Amino acid sequence: MTFNYFEHDLASLHNQLVNREITATELTEATIDNIANTDEQLQAFISTNPDEALAQAKLIDEKGNFDNVLTGIPVGLKDNLATKGIQTTGASHILEGFKPIYNATVVEKLSNSGAVSVGKTNMDEFAMGGSTETSYYKKTTNAWDHSKVPGGSSGGSASAVAGGQVPFALGSDTGGSIRQPAAFNGIVGMKPTYGRVSRWGLFAMASSLDQIGPFTRTVKDNATVLSAIAGFDAHDSTASQREVPDFSAKLTGDVKGLKIAVPKEYFGEGIDPKVAKQVKAAIAQLEALGATVDEVSLPHTKYGVAAYYIIMSSEASSNLQRYDGVRYGFRADDVKNLEDLYVKTRSEGFGDEVKRRIMLGTFSLSAGAYDAFFKKAAKIRTLLIEDFNKVFEKYDVIVGPTAPTVAYGLGEEVDDPTAMYLADVLTIPVNLAGLPGLSVNAGFVDGLPVGLQIIGKPFDEETVYQTGYAYEQASHLFDQHPDIAKKY
Amino acid sequence: MGTGNFETTIGLEVHVEMQTNSKLLSPSPVHYGDEPNENTNVIDFGYPGVLPVANKGALEYGMRVALALHATVSPFIRWDRKNYFYPDNPKAYQTTQSQTPIGTNGYLDVTLEDGTVKRVRIKEMHVEEDAGKNTHGSDGYSYVDLNRQGTPLIEIVSEPDIASPEEAYAYLEQLRQAVLFTGVSEAKMQEGQMRADVNISIRPYGSDTFGTKVEMKNINSFNYVRNALIFEEKRQAEVLRAGGEIRQETRRYDEPTKSTILMRVKEGADDYRYFPEPDLSPVVIDQTWIDEVAASLPKSAGDRRNHYVNDLGIEPYDAEVLTQTLAMANFYDDTIAAGADPKRAANYLIGDVNAYMNKHQVELQDTELTPEHLAGMVKLIEDGTISTKQAKQVFEAIMTGEEPETFAKAHGLVQLSDPDVLLAWITEVLDNNPQSIEDFKGGKDRATGYLIGQLMKMSKGQANPSVLNKLLLAELNKR
Amino acid sequence: MAETTITRDEVAHVAGLAKLAFNDAELDQFTTQLSDILNIFDTLSEVGTDNVDPTYSVTETVNHLRDDVADNWGQKQELLDNAPLAAAGLIKVPAILDGEGE
Repeated sequence: MTFNYFEHDLASLHNQLVNREITATELTEATIDNIANTDEQLQAFISTNPDEALAQAKLIDEKGNFDNVLTGIPVGLKDNLATKGIQTTGASHILEGFKPIYNATVVEKLSNSGAVSVGKTNMDEFAMGGSTETSYYKKTTNAWDHSKVPGGSSGGSASAVAGGQVPFALGSDTGGSIRQPAAFNGIVGMKPTYGRVSRWGLFAMASSLDQIGPFTRTVKDNATVLSAIAGFDAHDSTASQREVPDFSAKLTGDVKGLKIAVPKEYFGEGIDPKVAKQVKAAIAQLEALGATVDEVSLPHTKYGVAAYYIIMSSEASSNLQRYDGVRYGFRADDVKNLEDLYVKTRSEGFGDEVKRRIMLGTFSLSAGAYDAFFKKAAKIRTLLIEDFNKVFEKYDVIVGPTAPTVAYGLGEEVDDPTAMYLADVLTIPVNLAGLPGLSVNAGFVDGLPVGLQIIGKPFDEETVYQTGYAYEQASHLFDQHPDIAKKY
Repeated sequence: MGTGNFETTIGLEVHVEMQTNSKLLSPSPVHYGDEPNENTNVIDFGYPGVLPVANKGALEYGMRVALALHATVSPFIRWDRKNYFYPDNPKAYQTTQSQTPIGTNGYLDVTLEDGTVKRVRIKEMHVEEDAGKNTHGSDGYSYVDLNRQGTPLIEIVSEPDIASPEEAYAYLEQLRQAVLFTGVSEAKMQEGQMRADVNISIRPYGSDTFGTKVEMKNINSFNYVRNALIFEEKRQAEVLRAGGEIRQETRRYDEPTKSTILMRVKEGADDYRYFPEPDLSPVVIDQTWIDEVAASLPKSAGDRRNHYVNDLGIEPYDAEVLTQTLAMANFYDDTIAAGADPKRAANYLIGDVNAYMNKHQVELQDTELTPEHLAGMVKLIEDGTISTKQAKQVFEAIMTGEEPETFAKAHGLVQLSDPDVLLAWITEVLDNNPQSIEDFKGGKDRATGYLIGQLMKMSKGQANPSVLNKLLLAELNKR
Repeated sequence: MAETTITRDEVAHVAGLAKLAFNDAELDQFTTQLSDILNIFDTLSEVGTDNVDPTYSVTETVNHLRDDVADNWGQKQELLDNAPLAAAGLIKVPAILDGEGE
C-alpha cells in the first residue's frame, strides 16, 4: 500500500499521526512501497533500509509520543550523510559497502526528532556534478520527465521528494547541489547560511562551501525541517553558535515593503530566454504583492565560476586524499607495495569527474600555481562577498533564476565538463559568500520546472522563507504534479 | 668552526610531543605504551565526514613554549594543511600552522663548552599533529598503529645560526631543558617525545651564498645528531675538495657505522600543497590570554639556578643537578618553601633521593616523598631532634610516605637534649669514675671519650651528642 | 597574463602527487580538458586584486576550541573491523618501501 504525499504537507502528516489516523509503522511501510513502486522510473535511492526503518517506526508507535512535528515521518538522506551501521557510499565505488560507525549530526537530530530514515539517495559521486550522472551506482531521472536529468548533485533527494516517494529529504549544497535539483524538479530546496547546520558526518567535498539543507514540496515544510537540523554543534568548529530562530516566523504571505534586488548579471549571457521570462514573471508577481523591485549589479558574478572551481577542487583534492584503501572502503587487489596500493585503489575507485577535480585542485595548490590560482581565487571570493554586502546594505533579498536552463537530457552534458561547470554560475556565488539561498518553483518551460532563487543576508533564512512563501501561496504551483503522482 | 677551508651551517627543526590529556584535534587520550590503536576514534582514523576541533590546552602549551623562547605569540591562527600520503597520516594531510605560526622571532641563548654564550635565533614555532607509527614486518606487510596520530607537537624551527656539530648538540640539550621547564613535556628521548630534523650545508669561508642543504629527519638522540653532522661535515668537504657537487638529498643516520646513508635525491622542493585548513575555526589570541598563559609558565631552569647559587648558597654543580628536571626543581623549591635548610635539602635530593630513584627505577613524582616530609626531616636534623645517623631510618620512612616527626617519636629516634636528665646522668658517671676526672685534668683527651661512651650507654644512644658534650665539659671543669 | 597551458608531463606530475594513474589516452584527454578549464580560470587575471585580502573561510566562528579533557570513544574494534586488512590490533598494508612517504 502506497501513500500519496502530494496531498499532505508535514503538518497534515503530523496531525494524522497525532490523531492515530495512521501509525508511524503504516506510514513507513507505505513509503517503502512508494519507493518499490516508482524507483524503477526514478532511480532515486542507492539503498534502502526497511528493516531499520520499520524497527524505529515500531518503537515510535509503542511510545506513542508525537509531540515533535517530525516524529514518525519518513525521510530520505543523501548518501553522503554518515549513517551508523548503514552503507554510506558518497555514490562512489571507493566506498562501496562502507558502513560508518557514527551518525552525522543532522542524522542524529532527525532521529531524535523521531523522523524515520528509509534510505540513502543517489547523488553525483562525492557530490561532484550537476546531474547525478557521475554516480557509480545508477542514473536518477527527473520526476517530471524520466528522459531528463534530475539535476545534481543531490538529484536523488530531489527526485524522491518531487516524485512523491518521501515527504522530505536532505541534500548538501557546495555550489548549487540543493537549489539546482530542486529547481529542475519543481520543489523547494534550501541551502542555509554557512555554519547554520553542522557538517559533522557530511562527507566533505569542499569544506568552506558545503552546507546541508532540506528538500520539501512546500516552503513551510522546508522551514520546519531546517528548524530540526540547524544549530550549534560541538563537533563542528565552523558551525555558528547562534540561537536557531523560528524559521516559520515570517510565513504570513505578506511581502509589502520588502526590498528585492534583481542582479542584471543573473539574466545575462547563457540564460535560456524562456527561463528568464518565467523568472521575471515570478518577480513581477512578488512586486504585485507589494514588494519593491530594483535592478542591481553584482559585477564580479562572471568570475564566480572560475573562483569556485579553483577553491572547490583544491579543498576537494585534499579532502579526498583519505580515500587511500588503508583504513576503510575499497582496496585494490594485486598490489605489490604501498605506492601501488594508493594508485590502484584511487584510480579504480574514483570516477572521471572526481579524478578531474582532484587533478584540478592538486594543480591549483601545487608549488608553481598556488598564488595565481588558489590565492587569486580566494581574493576574487572577497570581491564577490563585497558585491553582496553592498547590495544587502539597501535590499532584503536578491532574486533571480536558480539555473540558466531547465533540466536537460540524460547524457547530454556529462562529457563536456566546461559546459557543466558554467551551468552553476547562478548558484555558486551564494556558496562562496556563505549566504542562504532558496529555490522555489516558478512555473514551467516546455513542461519542465523553472526555479526562482531567493538569496538572503547571512543568517536571515527567515526573510528568504518569507519571500518564497509569499510567492508560493500566490502562485499555488504546488498544486501541479508530475505524472508519476498517479502511481500513488 | 668548520672543516678545513669550509664553514658549516646547520639548521634544526625540533619536534616535541606535548603531554596534553587529549589529542590536538580529537578527544582521544594521549598515552604512551597502550595496546595498538587503543586510543583512536573516527577522527584519528580520518573517517569520511569527521571534523576536527582544536584542543585549547595544546594551543596554550604551544604558547608556553613560544613565551619561554622569547617569541612573539601570533594574534591570529588559521591552521594549515600539509598534504602527503603515508599510512601513519590517515587524512593524507597534517594539520599544522605554516602561514600563522603560534610563535615567531624567538631565540635561545646557548652556553657553549668554552663558556661563551651564543644566541641561536628561532624562526618560528608551530603547533601541529604527530603522525601514527608504521612498523615494517618481514612478511611483506607494514603495520599501522594510530595511537600516536594527532598527539600535539610543538615544532621549533631554528635559523641557520648553528656552526658546528658541537653547537648543535649544546643547542639541543639546552632547548630540551627550556622546553622541560615550560612543563609541557618531559621530552623523553627514548620514547620519541623529542626528535630533530637537521639540515647541514658547508661553503668555502668568505662565500656569501649557502651551500646545498642535506637533510636528515627524525633523529631521536642528541648524540646521533652530533655524529651525523660530524660525518656529513666531513663527507661534504671531501666531495667538494674532489671537485664534486653536493646534491639536495635526504639521508639517514646509521649508528653502527656512525655514518649517513642516502635515502633519496630531491628534485626541487617537496610539494606539500599547503593551504589554509577550512575545517577549523580560526583562533584569535589577545593579550589577556597571553598574560594568563605567561602567569602559568614555570620559572626557567636558568633563573632557578641563579637563585640557588646567588641567594641560597648552593654550589653551581649542585644547582645544575637540581634543575635536571622540572619535577626535581619544583620539588626542591617546595621543600625550601616548607622551611628546610637549602643546603641540607639540596644534599638530600642530590644524594639519597636520587640514589633511591635510581635503585628503584622510579621518577620523583612516583615516590611517596613529599616536599613537606623532606623539609620536616631536615628541620628535625637542624634542631637536633634527630641525629644524622637516626635520619637514615627516618629517610627510609619518609620515602614510603611516613610523616617524619611522628615516625621518629614512634620509633624512639628522638635525641635526648633535656639538660636536667643529662646532668643527672653526668653526675652519676663522674661520681663513679674519679680516675677519668684525674685523667682529664692531666690533659688526656681520651678521658672524655670514655665518659661520653658511658653516658651514651646509659641513654641507650638517645642522648644528643653535642648537648651532652657541652654539659660534660662544663661539669668536668667545675670539679 | 599569458594563457596558462598545461603539458602532458605536468598532468602526469600532478597525477603523481594525487596518487592517480592514467593510461596514454586518458592522459591526453585530461590534458585537453584541464587546459580548457584552466583557460576559464585565466579570466581571473582580468581582475586587479593587489589590495584585496583573500577569503579562505566564511565561518563567523572564532575560538571554537575543546578543553583538554581525554575521552576514549571506544571505537577501536569497529574501526579495525572496517579496515580492509588488520591483524593484532594493527592495520595491515603492503610493505612500505624505503624512502617512501614524507
